[in-house]
Amino acid sequence: MIDKTVPDAAVAVAGIADGSTVMIGGFGRAGQPVELIEALIAQGAGDLTVVSNNAGNGETGLAALLAERRVRKIMCSFPRQHDSWVFDGLYRAGEIELEIVPQGNLAERIRAAGAGIGAFFSPTGVGTPLAEGKEERVIDGRRYVLEYPISADVALISALAADRWGNLVYRETARNFGPVMASAAATTIVQVDEVVPLGSIDPERVVTPGLFVDRVVAIGRRAWLGADGFIGGVDVEGRAVIADGAAREGGAR
Amino acid sequence: MTTRITRDEVAARIAADIPEGAVVNLGIGAPTTVANFLPSDLEIILHTENGLLGMGPAPTAAGIDPDLINAGKQPVTVLPGASYFHHADSFAMMRGGHLDVCVLGAFQVAQNGDLANWSTGAPGAIPAVGGAMDLAIGAKQVFVMTDLLAKDGSSKLVDDCTYPLTGVGCVTRVYTDHAVFDVVDGRFVVRECFGDNTLESLRALTGLELS
Repeated sequence: MIDKTVPDAAVAVAGIADGSTVMIGGFGRAGQPVELIEALIAQGAGDLTVVSNNAGNGETGLAALLAERRVRKIMCSFPRQHDSWVFDGLYRAGEIELEIVPQGNLAERIRAAGAGIGAFFSPTGVGTPLAEGKEERVIDGRRYVLEYPISADVALISALAADRWGNLVYRETARNFGPVMASAAATTIVQVDEVVPLGSIDPERVVTPGLFVDRVVAIGRRAWLGADGFIGGVDVEGRAVIADGAAREGGAR
Repeated sequence: MTTRITRDEVAARIAADIPEGAVVNLGIGAPTTVANFLPSDLEIILHTENGLLGMGPAPTAAGIDPDLINAGKQPVTVLPGASYFHHADSFAMMRGGHLDVCVLGAFQVAQNGDLANWSTGAPGAIPAVGGAMDLAIGAKQVFVMTDLLAKDGSSKLVDDCTYPLTGVGCVTRVYTDHAVFDVVDGRFVVRECFGDNTLESLRALTGLELS
């Protein structure tokens, strides 16, 4: 019997070594595998290279991993946000290395790694500082730069539901980098709200087929689902969103 | 001082140029306000880089869903006909030329259509590019929404960009608070003047030849 489910997040992140390259899914907070990141903090791995679209929000998840000084370098497209103060402080203090990658090149380089593509020519970034030093070629009259794949030792991603084979469905814009990162890492670890029986996900609805997935852990219903905002973050007007007691105690976080 | 129209008026002016059926990306920040002026009786499909076509307006407080956000990470809604997709597909839509229009902000736009909008290159600034470079070279038409003058009074329309580039020769049209400019054959052509602005007053403000 194939069963990729593991009992808890600690088991899910076991074995991640110091110095690993770790892809972390999510766009801001949407799709960020916060519980897996918390387990990684507890597990203790450090000197990590993180590949993620952003560089943390508020004090939780990726921001907490950075605050614990576990990350040597981050590759991302958009570190600077209104709630990225943890990263901002480390960067200004020279305590973290930053490599900026245009967002589409980031996604496609990850996709290329998962798809076995050796490199590709992208028109994005041509003539800008982010293409400096890269091989350029004119194809059919248009300028392109050569971009290489980005692979990882581990991918940590979040999805809505999985079965024990690791077939995944996502929720809304929380899908974002999940499918490409799942394909590009030696070990793909997924947190889901719930594990459902094999056969209960319509094959037509599977977004990430289970062969891209190694470990699945059910986290439970997220505390903020259906709530009025991001717990630990800020709302539309930039005001802090404070979890009410019931949500915090009853939630998975 | 010559007439300046408001940001909302610029947004409305841009919205008036977007036809029914267009697939449009409004980036982040001020350009997203263009959505407030798109006529509700026209079917115009909004794309957001984080994996959604058919984006709707902001929800009420009770309808905020942390899994459903736009490129600026603000909560949004979906309209009937919407679809979700992953990031590589989303940027294939840009890079592959499948978006009709994108609207971006700018620090500088050069006469040849070069755009600088992601970094001032200032020491100590934290660089962040996001999807700007992909949008700039990908959309069929790249509209810029900006004030004509920077806070120090210098023109954002320039001979050559001095800030780090976002894209080369990519801008189609610039909507400012003074006038609308097309980029044609390496030169700004004044398409429309607001209020008492004239070709001559715009030449004085920008120091550019303009036609």
